Amino acid sequence: MKVSFWGTRGSLAAPSPETVRYGGNTSCVLVEGSEETRLVLDAGTGIQSLGLSLPPDLDRIDILLTHLHMDHIQGLPFFAPLRRRGIEVHIWGPASTTRSLNARLQKYLSPPLFPVSVRELAANLHFHELPGPLIKIGEFSIQAQLIIHPNPTIGYRIQCGKAVLAYMSDHEPALGALTFPRERAWTSGYALAERADLLIHDAQYTEAEYQTRMGFGHSSVRQAFLFARLAQVKHLVPFHYDPTHSDDELDKMFAAVKAEIRPSYEVTPSREGLSLEIAC
Amino acid sequence: MPQQEIEVILARHLSEYLLMPIFIVNTAGDLVFYNEPAEAILGLSYSETGMMPASEWSTVFQPVDAEGRTIPPDELPLVIALKERHPAHKVIWIKGLDGISREIEVTAFPLVGQADRFLGGIAIFWEKTTK
Repeated sequence: MKVSFWGTRGSLAAPSPETVRYGGNTSCVLVEGSEETRLVLDAGTGIQSLGLSLPPDLDRIDILLTHLHMDHIQGLPFFAPLRRRGIEVHIWGPASTTRSLNARLQKYLSPPLFPVSVRELAANLHFHELPGPLIKIGEFSIQAQLIIHPNPTIGYRIQCGKAVLAYMSDHEPALGALTFPRERAWTSGYALAERADLLIHDAQYTEAEYQTRMGFGHSSVRQAFLFARLAQVKHLVPFHYDPTHSDDELDKMFAAVKAEIRPSYEVTPSREGLSLEIAC
Repeated sequence: MPQQEIEVILARHLSEYLLMPIFIVNTAGDLVFYNEPAEAILGLSYSETGMMPASEWSTVFQPVDAEGRTIPPDELPLVIALKERHPAHKVIWIKGLDGISREIEVTAFPLVGQADRFLGGIAIFWEKTTK
């Protein structure tokens, strides 16, 4: 399984000379299987470059949305395959209690927010609502479960052979917990992340920032490390950086938490252009 | 123990901040959590009892009506909320594990999550009198 990062930023795209190393595009990750099945995790602004890099004769691609906040869907109408006839694009994501996934996406893909509507896209679109039973897409088996973040938000556990990737771009497992981390059974996202080979997890804040932004749905870098330890993952990839954090600030944040927690697992901060392989 | 559903985790977190005694049960009716105010009714803390099967908690408090008649489990609000999946309310007398009889009002409702997932039920207790 190959995992490539096309957007690592959270909340708002942050292109700037100070964010060149980690990247300024919002959430987008490509997952490629051993039989060339491709999954796109989230459709932040990073999806535009990803779309342009895909083979033109692709006949199917699956986009797995965690939720419908703007930083996770803003790039969707700029995804080149959506403008191609003959390609099947499957969009997976959460409905709300009252609106379908398609109807929720149309709120963005319609005037005045955007000039092109969903039905004007050339691709053959299929919508799939989550959470639900185990999903099979090509060589991948995918569990989709709700995790703590404002508005329905999905975390994914993606398996290909023996390789397990857990993806929780926006996640606040510490919300409301009197202690964190607490017991595994009472920790949001634990079942998805348990013993994963690779965990891509929200790392938006410093500890001080978290204290003033509790309930916004995100984790501090330190909480991401503690969650990874609780879930006994092999490799943590911090992700979804706050748009105000420069490359140098992120370096300092990771160094400080690493020195304190001394993780027994590998840590590789996500950055645009990074590719990681997990043996299937 | 497998991970609880996200709505159940959030319900527990909320209950830990509230003054009202709250019980949370799973779809089988097993008591999966109760908060500190509920410990006063039970006479034991959650850390002491852990999960409690439905067959145990529905009888352990010896629920009776105002005339002292035993209330069968099927007529308890939380059991109604689980079996019939609608809210239920009743005034009952119970005897806690500390041996004290209390008159309490119970409001129970089923917990239904995203995608129409039935997740269990919640009961909130208001103590009226103590004997």
